[in-house]
Amino acid sequence: MLAWTIYLSFAGALACLLTPHANPRATRAVALGTALAGLFCGLAGAIQFKPVNGLEVITRVRWIPALGIDFSLAADGISVTLVLLTGIAALAGVLFSWNVERRTNEFFAFFFALIGGVYGVFLSLDLFLLFVFYEIAIVPKYFLIAIWGSTRRDYAAMKLALYSFIGSGMVLIGMLAAYAVSGLASFDLQALAQHSFAPEFQRWAFPLVFVGFAILAGMWPFHTWAPTGHSAAPTAASMLLAGVVMKLGAYGCLRVAMTLFPEGLKMWQHELAALAVTGIVYGALVALVQKDFKFVIGYSSVSHMGFVLLGLVTLTEVGWSGAVLQMFSHGVIAGLLFAVVGRMVYDRTHTRDLDALEGMGLTRAMPFASVTFVIAGFASMGMPGFSGFIAELQVLIGAWQAFPKLALLAGVGIVIGVVYTLKTTAMVFFSDKPAPAEPHDHDHPLEPITVPERLGAALLIFCTVLIGLHPRLLLDIIVPSFKSPLFKGLREVAGL
Amino acid sequence: MNPADYLQLLTALAPEVIVVCTALLVLAVDLLGLQGKPHSYRMSIAAGITTLGCAAAVVWMFINPTVGNWHGGMLVIDPLNETVKAVLLLLTVLTAILSVDCKFTRHVGEYFALLLLATVGMMLLVSTEELLMIFASLELVSLTLYILVAFNKDSRQSAEAALKYFLFGGMSAAFLLFGFSLLYGLTGTTHVPKMAEKLFTIGADPLLTVALVMVVIGFGFKVAAVPFHLWAPDAYQGAPLPSAVFIASGSKVASFFVFAKVLLLGFSQLAWGDQEKATGGWVPLLSIIAAVSMVLGNLAAIKQTSVRRLLAYSAIAHAGYMLIGFLAPGGDAFGSLLFYVTTYALTTVGAFGVLGVVESQVGGDQLKDFAGLARRAPVLAWCLMVFLLSLAGIPPLAGFFGKFYLFAAALTNGAHNLPFLWLIILGIAMSCVSLYYYLQVLKQVFVVEADEQARPLAVSFLTHAMVVLLAAVTVLLGCMPGWLLDTIHTAIGELGW
Repeated sequence: MLAWTIYLSFAGALACLLTPHANPRATRAVALGTALAGLFCGLAGAIQFKPVNGLEVITRVRWIPALGIDFSLAADGISVTLVLLTGIAALAGVLFSWNVERRTNEFFAFFFALIGGVYGVFLSLDLFLLFVFYEIAIVPKYFLIAIWGSTRRDYAAMKLALYSFIGSGMVLIGMLAAYAVSGLASFDLQALAQHSFAPEFQRWAFPLVFVGFAILAGMWPFHTWAPTGHSAAPTAASMLLAGVVMKLGAYGCLRVAMTLFPEGLKMWQHELAALAVTGIVYGALVALVQKDFKFVIGYSSVSHMGFVLLGLVTLTEVGWSGAVLQMFSHGVIAGLLFAVVGRMVYDRTHTRDLDALEGMGLTRAMPFASVTFVIAGFASMGMPGFSGFIAELQVLIGAWQAFPKLALLAGVGIVIGVVYTLKTTAMVFFSDKPAPAEPHDHDHPLEPITVPERLGAALLIFCTVLIGLHPRLLLDIIVPSFKSPLFKGLREVAGL
Repeated sequence: MNPADYLQLLTALAPEVIVVCTALLVLAVDLLGLQGKPHSYRMSIAAGITTLGCAAAVVWMFINPTVGNWHGGMLVIDPLNETVKAVLLLLTVLTAILSVDCKFTRHVGEYFALLLLATVGMMLLVSTEELLMIFASLELVSLTLYILVAFNKDSRQSAEAALKYFLFGGMSAAFLLFGFSLLYGLTGTTHVPKMAEKLFTIGADPLLTVALVMVVIGFGFKVAAVPFHLWAPDAYQGAPLPSAVFIASGSKVASFFVFAKVLLLGFSQLAWGDQEKATGGWVPLLSIIAAVSMVLGNLAAIKQTSVRRLLAYSAIAHAGYMLIGFLAPGGDAFGSLLFYVTTYALTTVGAFGVLGVVESQVGGDQLKDFAGLARRAPVLAWCLMVFLLSLAGIPPLAGFFGKFYLFAAALTNGAHNLPFLWLIILGIAMSCVSLYYYLQVLKQVFVVEADEQARPLAVSFLTHAMVVLLAAVTVLLGCMPGWLLDTIHTAIGELGW
């Protein structure tokens, strides 16, 4: 069932492309159908999910025997969580791009090509296959930003494409070297994870592959694509970039770099943790001083993804499960934030400048947007009751066990997060500045929030609250995954 | 030799004979029957005959799979040769189809006859293991290609390109011949496998290194590797479109195959050179040429505004990638190289097909001429995206698997030291550079809007069909490389390399 998410998305991409150019309604219908079908398959797969040894093999076919490459798809709890996230983000993305009128069919074709690639990465058990899906996701991102983007879209799109491609190039080098050195003549992740690579080899291969993936996860100092990319992208693309594409990177770190080269992680643990915490604090500080509404959210993404990376390198089970939960949580929350900023505010006011927004009295003009943003802000700050709280708490517990000083610093990052979120909310929605008698307010009143937007926002809020109140829904499938043979080497190194 | 032997030889050479007869037929039909008819009519008839002739040759090879060795390696036919010959014939057909819509000459018959003669040269080139025969057929290919480049008599650029190509080509042929003569002097034979045996007893010899360098220079010119690449951008830009296509595709496939054969079979003893006698082998030499080609080709391509020149520099870069294939162990070297060069040739023909339409309808090959192609010719635009992304090495397209296999094969050579890791790293880094300039083209096609008055392009059915077919092949070979790979591997397996 889970595998159908991939096939349906690619089929949907093709179907969207083939819908008539002059009929955006038809394209939207197809897109909505595809997104719903993907989410449905993901949910059904999650309900039927019956792992053996922590892993459920879905398909396994010989693909290119000459190089020992299989078309093998499998899911563990981590994959299922992220597939669900992708389904949610895709559906919300479609709902929030209901107003795309220009080249609608191409827009949704690129959109679902990207989604299909993302589903594929989360479900691949063969390293080659994973890499193929990983790279498939690059090109649609470029066109989504370059064609439908806003400020400095050329620059942002090219920067994002090149950063992604360089990252995947690093992964490719590590992966080919692992293939050659292991002598297994196989790209099967399980087989490679059970091979013990020489420590000298892991010393350079691990950071290469880890950083290669982490570029896409927005790891400091390779994060600079993220704010520019997020802010130039059209709303749905920002939601996907922050919501799922950054998770691709983090997932790759966990699934490939860490399971293949566990000793390498042990060697570089402290350096990477320092980078992750730097990202948390730096991202939050920079978000504090931004003038552009989208840049605030863009840098907050960098900060929150720092928690994911920090959780991964703690080498503790609670850290890992916190990291995976944070991937889900941030995916939903960042999607919501970008939806408010990009679709609800920017598409109507045509400005993202905080100073300009301050004088608009948006709470009165758009009460729905302001309520949504307040809820999303609370979730993003990590208030109890939302998914972010339980995720960041777990990461901090893990970090406290592994590196207490850095955990304190990360805590400081959370505090700064509260500051910039409150500050931005206050500026945009609850400003004391008297709203000047703006002529355009009367001539062109802001268009009301549409039904698709309400539905999308409700979906995302529902998810973050549900997981916040009942995290076991996901934790019960995430935690057993770490018992699977894939993580055997990692557990040994961690002493679990 | 008795008459029966000649008959046998004729049967063995039947595909080549069929192509030669087709060349004569095209010439005769056009000169005798079609003078005064409309140009497009003459072109279609000639291309039709060419297609039929090539198809007949392929069918013959398919029905009568021959294996044999005539006159001490003068003519060698084995499954691998036949595969390469089938690919060459396919490329000839594609070039012929592409020519139909191009108006660059009144001499239709002569043009197609020369095209077919070049094909014969390439077919002979790949089915021989004799240095003399290699040289003779290489000259047949080169001379016809010089003329094909110069075929547009109204264009000064075409003449200039041909002269440049000819001067460089003549020089490199001299180097090649000099190298061959040294080899003959050292080993007393011109038969490549025998030569390899002799070299085994001679061991490393400074003179041998000189011969090796000469041979590498000669072939390096044919495959347009740096520093023997200077002719390529001008020839690509000045030549009539189908001629440029043929140089980029057919000529590349044949030259790389014979280059690999001479080096990997003939000089297998000299791969790493000899430290004590201070003689170099071809492995370090080729790694450097590969590295320089990748770097220079990709960096120079960034600056180009003419798409033809951009493709020429990217061809130089791709030659660098293909040279990495030489460093793989045993049969994998041929396997990865052939897969790469075949898929490269097919995608390049496709890209040139789209380029041809743009040139004839918009009037130039500059980047800005591609603006808004996505709106003016959506099918071609999406196909161009497939071709360029395949060249950049994005999965799931054929170019990605080609690169992947090349790199994997080269890395598994001497697995534990990873001697070629630096080259692979360089290659992957340069792929990132190449993505940049391919995206520059695609940006024009998809992102930049065309002028208000720009109309949809009128594309002939034949061109549409061919481009779509090639795009489909590019996708399919990327998703299921097994189809081509298994054929090549089986053929190599039968040879026991």
